[in-house]
Amino acid sequence: MNAPVIGQPIKRKEDYRFLTGSGMYTDDVTLPGQTYAYFVRSPHAHATIRSIDVSKARAAPGVIAIFTGDDLARAKVGGLPCGWLITDVNGQPMKEPPHPPLAQGKVRYVGDHVAVVIAETLNQAKDAAELVDVDYATLPAVVNAGDARKPGAAVLHDIAPDNTCYVWALGDKAAVDRAFAGADHVTTLEFTNNRLIPNAIEPRAAVAQYSRGDDAYTLYVANQNPHVERLLMTAFVLGLPEHKVRVIAPDVGGGFGSKIYLYAEETVITWAAKQTGRPIKWTAERSESFLSDAHGRDHLTKAELALDKNGTFLAMRVITTANMGAYLSTFASCIPTILYATLLAGQYTTPAIYCQVTAVFTNTAPVDAYRGAGRPEATYVVERLVDTAARETGIDRAEIRRRNFITQFPYQTPVALLYDTGNYEATLAEAMKLADVAGFEARRKQAEDRGKLRGLGYSTYIEACGLAPSNVAGSLGGRAGLFEAGEVRVHPTGTVTVFTGSHSHGQGHETTFAQVVADRLGMPVENIDIVHGDTGRILFGMGTYGSRSIAVGGTAIVKALDKIVAKGRKIAAHMLEAAEADIEFDRGNFKVAGTDKSVTIGQVAFAAYVPHNYPLDKLEPGLNESAFYDPTNFTFPAGSHLCEVEIDPETGQTRIVNFTAVDDFGKIINPMIVEGQVHGGLAQGIGQALLEACVYDPESGQLLTGTYMDYALPRADDLPSFRVATKETPCTHNPLGVKGCGEAGAIGAPAAVINAIIDALAPLGVRDIEMPATAERVWRAMQNTRELKKAA
Amino acid sequence: MGITVSMTVNGQAVTAELDPRTLLVQFLREYRQLTGTHVGCDTGQCGACTVHLDGRAVKACNILAVQAQGAQILTIEGVAANSELHPMQAAFRDHHGLQCGFCTPGMVMNALELVRKHPDPSEETIRAGLDGNLCRCTGYHNIVKAVQAGAAAMKR
Repeated sequence: MNAPVIGQPIKRKEDYRFLTGSGMYTDDVTLPGQTYAYFVRSPHAHATIRSIDVSKARAAPGVIAIFTGDDLARAKVGGLPCGWLITDVNGQPMKEPPHPPLAQGKVRYVGDHVAVVIAETLNQAKDAAELVDVDYATLPAVVNAGDARKPGAAVLHDIAPDNTCYVWALGDKAAVDRAFAGADHVTTLEFTNNRLIPNAIEPRAAVAQYSRGDDAYTLYVANQNPHVERLLMTAFVLGLPEHKVRVIAPDVGGGFGSKIYLYAEETVITWAAKQTGRPIKWTAERSESFLSDAHGRDHLTKAELALDKNGTFLAMRVITTANMGAYLSTFASCIPTILYATLLAGQYTTPAIYCQVTAVFTNTAPVDAYRGAGRPEATYVVERLVDTAARETGIDRAEIRRRNFITQFPYQTPVALLYDTGNYEATLAEAMKLADVAGFEARRKQAEDRGKLRGLGYSTYIEACGLAPSNVAGSLGGRAGLFEAGEVRVHPTGTVTVFTGSHSHGQGHETTFAQVVADRLGMPVENIDIVHGDTGRILFGMGTYGSRSIAVGGTAIVKALDKIVAKGRKIAAHMLEAAEADIEFDRGNFKVAGTDKSVTIGQVAFAAYVPHNYPLDKLEPGLNESAFYDPTNFTFPAGSHLCEVEIDPETGQTRIVNFTAVDDFGKIINPMIVEGQVHGGLAQGIGQALLEACVYDPESGQLLTGTYMDYALPRADDLPSFRVATKETPCTHNPLGVKGCGEAGAIGAPAAVINAIIDALAPLGVRDIEMPATAERVWRAMQNTRELKKAA
Repeated sequence: MGITVSMTVNGQAVTAELDPRTLLVQFLREYRQLTGTHVGCDTGQCGACTVHLDGRAVKACNILAVQAQGAQILTIEGVAANSELHPMQAAFRDHHGLQCGFCTPGMVMNALELVRKHPDPSEETIRAGLDGNLCRCTGYHNIVKAVQAGAAAMKR
């Protein structure tokens, strides 16, 4: 068993259970004596709660308990915390309004939690919830970020009378102003980065149980980082001893960021499980997911790029208003700042960059990280500016990028990041080849002959993954560590269980991580199981988000493997009666150098657990090692996405005829899984560009896109097949050379699609179009220019 | 208030007394513990709850259990013969047609229906045929490949 397993498209270990209906998702968990929770939610975007009468509901059949915000306040249950403190331009901490799990005195968005009904059956809980009589005094609402700071706007929180959470800035403003003053050309764009609803197909769910015998809780929850969930819930909200709460995130049906956070529902039912003495299950209906899952994006931006006459980028100025929603979700504050402004250098040598971000509260669901989290917004700014600048200056779009590409590494950007490695010309060249850019003009002509408009769009993106290091994050306001933990247990018979703090909810860690271990220890992946998602079995973990799992979680496992091999070498030396320094290890075999004497890892493991012939005086028995790994830098995946569209000028309908993505993720462990991650990211990026938009009524604050009939999640016939390839510059600061791949598609795609549409419509005089570029918007854009031309 | 319902589920005759408003998917998940059939939207739009009723793919969140009185129901748990994957299931594994696995049972059940109607489906036919099943992970690229390969394997 010495064939390499890293880099092989090994079929996934987890698939059999998912394909046979044997997975165990949170809603599949049923505990003896289980009851059901249903939440009474605010029907108003903004209202004062005058009173809540639960008497009728309490008398309804099957009802066990009803709790409101007052009950939680009496029990001294705290508010849901925010994990990142942003300091504003005046040195003041951001405004952190209280975020009670059940509303106290006021509701601030449609879907805000008002009361919980716990009953014997779900139908009984729902029936009783209808009898909860809440007397609301409605208030005016504000939902759009651009309206939040207008005079007379409704005020959500007393501590933020101008609805402003913070005004934050990064970069050398004076240098940027100077560069703009001396520029030959300035490109300016104003746009919205549309609000999205993540929509994992598994709705959020939780089952909470309290055991009186040992005063301990077990919480099953659809979550991406169970240790963080437990830490926040116990230490900051419920005041419980951390070791008395076990959080299990079993099979989780997609996350995309939306399951990172500590939410009201699981917090309330965990607390209520003790009050009622019964296990409680809560599963979101899809309408609740639309209303109350953390949303993503929602920026208003004015962006400017200054160039010299050769098309060299001199400076960039970006002014953004970011919608936080009604409360600060767990990591909301760092998304439009730390994970956004720092990415504005993109792949370019722009020497001066200034970004100012104003974060505002509105009467909408909280906004937090959604696949890409800040980086798609930054890429959209940079890549729309670059394409527009190329058009305005008459420089070819690939050429203007090449003229400005960073080619020397390491590279320190003016916005705090230190890129370790990359080869942007290589990914662009490969993408242009695969997309047959050379043949594009001919295809455009053929389309024209058929009465269609063709366009080609570029997006050459950078992202920063594996958020790191902890001390740097801490100095920037992060309130958590950003390391990962891993443990490798070699059993007496030589099979292996790995415990990882990363969590897989579709990414295939059970296979990829097993490949890493199999490669090192020289055993089949079938002999290796990966355990994740259980605070009761795994030492610690920060979970999965920001494409960090292989770069940070994988490295923690490698560090633990190093310790296994180091100890194994000592044991083997004893077994082989050789000096430790003479023992070589290669994929499962400990060998005395220059001899044919060797023992296998299996034999070493057996000796470690049956230590009859063992150096007990010098070495502990057993073969079980753990490691914590704190990264020394971000990783910097990058790539080139090329989109080719065809537009029907009669209807405005856009069809993607070709989408090519060439990405550099460093070393790749399982190319099949990596391609799948890219496909999924592209679908979400294309969804943002063409289909998806979360819309609130600006007057009433009602969510208008609250079902799949209104919110256009991409379906199979909305999307093309993709052309996907990779280039490889290994990450320089982790042992696997890996960078992460989970978000790339969602980061690169939106600008590629919109740039392609603009390219198709540019001959008509269209310069800009908002996302999502629906048929109606495209058609209107064409009509407007036609009307303008007629008028001229 | 109960109503007696009888049907055959994965070849097994079952009878239960139910609240009349019980949905077929609730009956399968809560009374039969067949939790492979998932609920993604409870409004008939995501397809995660797709099962076969008398050989036709239906969304089990859109049907009352009483409407399945006397019917033959096949769920994802009944698709694999013994422990051997059905060729369509194997094709999903071989082509990485699933990630988180939540939409997968519904996708497989609908794919089987699609291949029954179109034994040799084109990419276009597959994309149109899967229009009622949402997946947020795969971008459908590999699902399309899997259904095409599954269809070919089912002919052998």
